[in-house]
Amino acid sequence: MTPLAGCLLVSSMLFAVGLAGALTRRNTILVLVGIELMLNAANLNFVAFWRFGHHAGVSTGVIFGLFSIAVAAAEAAVGLALILAVYRHTKTTDLSLLTGRAQ
Amino acid sequence: MRQMSAAFLILAIVTMIAACAAMTLRGLVHCALALAVAFAGIGTLYLSLGAQFLGLAQLLVYVGAIAVLIVFVILLTRGGDGDASPLIPTGLPITGIVVATTILALLAWAVFHSFAMHSLGPPATPATVRELGTVLMAEYVLPLEVIGLMLTAALIGAVVVAMKEKQDTQ
Repeated sequence: MTPLAGCLLVSSMLFAVGLAGALTRRNTILVLVGIELMLNAANLNFVAFWRFGHHAGVSTGVIFGLFSIAVAAAEAAVGLALILAVYRHTKTTDLSLLTGRAQ
Repeated sequence: MRQMSAAFLILAIVTMIAACAAMTLRGLVHCALALAVAFAGIGTLYLSLGAQFLGLAQLLVYVGAIAVLIVFVILLTRGGDGDASPLIPTGLPITGIVVATTILALLAWAVFHSFAMHSLGPPATPATVRELGTVLMAEYVLPLEVIGLMLTAALIGAVVVAMKEKQDTQ
């Protein structure tokens, strides 16, 4: 197995773990954690293809990964702020309690 | 480097164990700490792939900022008291796990049948910080400005959303 295939497999497993967590956990913070893991899996693919790809540019993959990290940071900040705002209103972060409570 | 190195294998295994722990542990704080380990593992994977700047940026941003932010929010929402029933009680967990396993199987099938198993291009030369800076300031200067604007907007938006609202005068 080549290193590229190894990287892709690791990233697939990370994505699946993140997806399983985001779909099954009932705490909003942990759903956000799952989304972060999926974003990281995508990032790992960028770097792997940059390193081992056939026609990689000079540093395209690294630049893309850098921008992706910045977007993920913004997403995490806004998501956690939303969780805090919802918690202030409803006093819970439990998704099964929050479902259908939009008003 | 035609075969995977032992260091890569060890890093990958540690990262996967930490990610699984972050998604399955019961205590929320434990989850956040396992998540920090997983992020650090991914950062060291970047380092082992030759992307030094990206690896260090990952360590700084994810381990230093996002994991700490998540711990803060867990403590602010009193989630650290314990997560009595972490899974959705209905049949939903089964569905989620089935969906995730299916997607993993599909992705793994695609990887095993792709060119990645057989041939490799010439490995890219590791990107130095100097190179990255030049490219960022010349070729990608517009995306850089846009990302700066977006980070500012996200910062202000997060503060506005999380700010304590004025009590309604009744």
